[in-house]
Amino acid sequence: MPADLFAQVLNGLAYGFLLFLLSVGLTLIFGMLDVVNLAHGSYYMLGAYAGLTVIAFAGNFWLALLVAPLAVAVVGAAVERSCLRPLYRRGPLDQVLLTFGLIYVFEDVVKGIWGGRIRSIPTPDVFASSVNLWGAVIPSYRLFVIAFGLAMAVALWLLIERTRLGAIIRAGVFDAEMSAGMGINVSRVFTLVFALGAGLAGLSGVIAGPIQSAYPPMGASILIPALIVVVVGGLGSLKGSLAGSLVIGQAETFGKVWLPGASMVIIYVVMALILLFRPQGLFGRALK
Amino acid sequence: MSAAPLLALERLTRAFGALNAVNGVSLSVAARERRVIIGPNGAGKTTLFNLITGHLAPTTGRIVLGGVPVTGLPPHAIARRGLARSFQRNSLFPRLPVLENLRLAAAADGVGSWRLLGRVERLPAPLARARETAEAVGLAERLDVLAGALSYGEQRQLEVGLALATRPRLLLLDEPTAGMSPEETARMTRMLEGLPREITLLIIEHDMDVVASLADRVTVLHYGEVLTEGSFAHVKADPRVYEVYLGSA
Amino acid sequence: MRARVALFALVVAAVAAFPLEAGPYPVKLLQEILIFGIFAMSLDLLMGYAGMVSFGHSAFFGIGAYTAALILVKWPGLTTALLVPAAAAALGALVIGFFSIRVSGVYFIMLTLAFSQMFHAVAFQNAFLGAEDGLVGVPRPDVLGLSIGTLGRFHAYLLVIVALLALFLWRVTRSPFGHVLRGIHENEARMQALGYPVSRYKLAAFVLAGTVAGIAGALYTQFQGSVSPDAFLWTTSGQALLMVIIGGTGTLGGAFLGAAAFILLQSIVSSYTERWMLILGLTFVLLVLFAPGGIVGTLRGRVGLRA
Repeated sequence: MPADLFAQVLNGLAYGFLLFLLSVGLTLIFGMLDVVNLAHGSYYMLGAYAGLTVIAFAGNFWLALLVAPLAVAVVGAAVERSCLRPLYRRGPLDQVLLTFGLIYVFEDVVKGIWGGRIRSIPTPDVFASSVNLWGAVIPSYRLFVIAFGLAMAVALWLLIERTRLGAIIRAGVFDAEMSAGMGINVSRVFTLVFALGAGLAGLSGVIAGPIQSAYPPMGASILIPALIVVVVGGLGSLKGSLAGSLVIGQAETFGKVWLPGASMVIIYVVMALILLFRPQGLFGRALK
Repeated sequence: MSAAPLLALERLTRAFGALNAVNGVSLSVAARERRVIIGPNGAGKTTLFNLITGHLAPTTGRIVLGGVPVTGLPPHAIARRGLARSFQRNSLFPRLPVLENLRLAAAADGVGSWRLLGRVERLPAPLARARETAEAVGLAERLDVLAGALSYGEQRQLEVGLALATRPRLLLLDEPTAGMSPEETARMTRMLEGLPREITLLIIEHDMDVVASLADRVTVLHYGEVLTEGSFAHVKADPRVYEVYLGSA
Repeated sequence: MRARVALFALVVAAVAAFPLEAGPYPVKLLQEILIFGIFAMSLDLLMGYAGMVSFGHSAFFGIGAYTAALILVKWPGLTTALLVPAAAAALGALVIGFFSIRVSGVYFIMLTLAFSQMFHAVAFQNAFLGAEDGLVGVPRPDVLGLSIGTLGRFHAYLLVIVALLALFLWRVTRSPFGHVLRGIHENEARMQALGYPVSRYKLAAFVLAGTVAGIAGALYTQFQGSVSPDAFLWTTSGQALLMVIIGGTGTLGGAFLGAAAFILLQSIVSSYTERWMLILGLTFVLLVLFAPGGIVGTLRGRVGLRA
């Protein structure tokens, strides 16, 4: 494989894994609560800014990687309990609208605290240089993103497939009513899933920081690719989230290189095609 | 009756996974006939209705309505050919008044419904039919009440009324007296008996008194298959029917 | 009924007289409210009457806006200012609607979103359409031989068009067609079973709403003298949704109240504090949580559709 192509593939993989971390929470939330949480991108943004702050105070990227997602998870849990829980009885529309309002709230809070201009997040020193991999020159940080993303994918898979908590989550995703009937405290699980999803989005934001920097509208703009990933991969499916992210990651990266005039359109066309011909996505469960 | 049947089902089968909910059912209903389908719960009666109305596609078999094959047509197309159906569980327009419920049904033939300007009041035919139907089902005094605010018995009456208001050739009624008190049941039975013979009836019923009053012929369904068919007396006397249905009740 | 007609006449008169008393900035705000009000009203027809929640209504707004911008530069005139953009938006709605109506619920929301984003992507990256910066220097057409370049004349022109459209939409909801839409919203399955070709009605509603949205977009271009890809953004659709909800879904007139609330909040609050987005977002969150009937719905003590 020619070096340039390989470098692009790696870039696409790195972006794909970022999308994966962001979208896996969204897909679990959608699968379980039937809520398209439009504010999900905001957690990504909060993660980036939280990471920025931790690095500014403590000077340590790894600390940020640990603390920021936890902070975002707490925010996510708080939002779920206060704003979303009263809306479960009402249709998905109210939830969509409320989370849309939350986008405005979060974006402005961030602007108020950190200011509106772009803030860059320094790459950790150990990854400051580029690496030559079979002729392709790629920043070593991107390789870290790929490795980290892969590790998280495995860890999440273990969590969902091999632990009791994971079984409960899967049950909730599959059929919330039945789970409640079997004595599982569904509302607590919902809050947990929400916190997990938000935390993962925040983690994605921290990791994306050195690549994308931090700016208030970043939440709203990353939401659409995340939504597309969830639709393409299948709602509620971890496998689907991974597959979808990698596909969209490559599509967007190569689209920018090969079809610069139409790169953005491609992913929307993919989304529309899936919704029309296979609405359950690549790996989602078949619909009614 | 030598004329072609109004409704003919030819070896109709519908599978759900490994189970055949309806299994090779062949049935003919003549015009002006009143046919009642009976059978224990799970016999496939409602599934059969769903196949006839086009809500479900058959796995194999044919449905012929008025001499024209309608297998595979969408529900609204089949309804347009003169078939109407009431549901086992009420399917009304709860936030609209009774008159509007019936008017929507009566206006379903599409004439005038595409008018973007103009008033509903200026389409006299559906309104008139709606009032007639309300009269027929005993809701003439309740025209302005929201459907959701009616009593259960009244809602059942409206449920049948909606199907009636479309002036069908063939009227499918799925357990029209379900959940009704004896007085309400008697009222509904009298109303159905009083319907003009131009409307062919195909009814799913559990209440044997209603069956006795209404049926010209009875078809007994069991595990998705036709067990036997004939007059009510004939069917009542069949020991298999007693075993399968009346005994298991 | 007479009360409503009287109220409408009163509002129109007040709006017409406004430029006589107020300065140019408030008048421009009012004009923006009129444009977004009719845009939101067309969405209310779709949401509140046909029960179809679209997150891609900005697609038609944008089509109308860009068509007007492209055409008015070469051929200014009333037809090109309004009818051609309307036709373009109608065509767009026909195509998008044809596909979108195959799915429902959240999937419909997402598919309409995808389509509008597609248009945004095309406009953003296409040099002919002005790419990121859009198109500027769009002249206002002459109406009946008179120029509408002045504030007062444009105000009259805008008011007449918007009032006519509002009346039209209101008549549609009371028409036989409008009654069918409400039946579909109340119980789609039963309407199918009764013999209504539901998809055809939904598509018609979609095209109707899209056409009016397209005219709103064309008016916006004439208002600003320019157009940008933001017209297609999903957040523009979201804003229209917000306006409908604030005013009250299914109330039609509420859309104008919602547009007024949104635009006034945006401009007034932003002059006092930089945190207008926060206040808007919080207002909205609180509305959804505690007043789902919107302004009009809460005033009427009812939620959602009126019978």
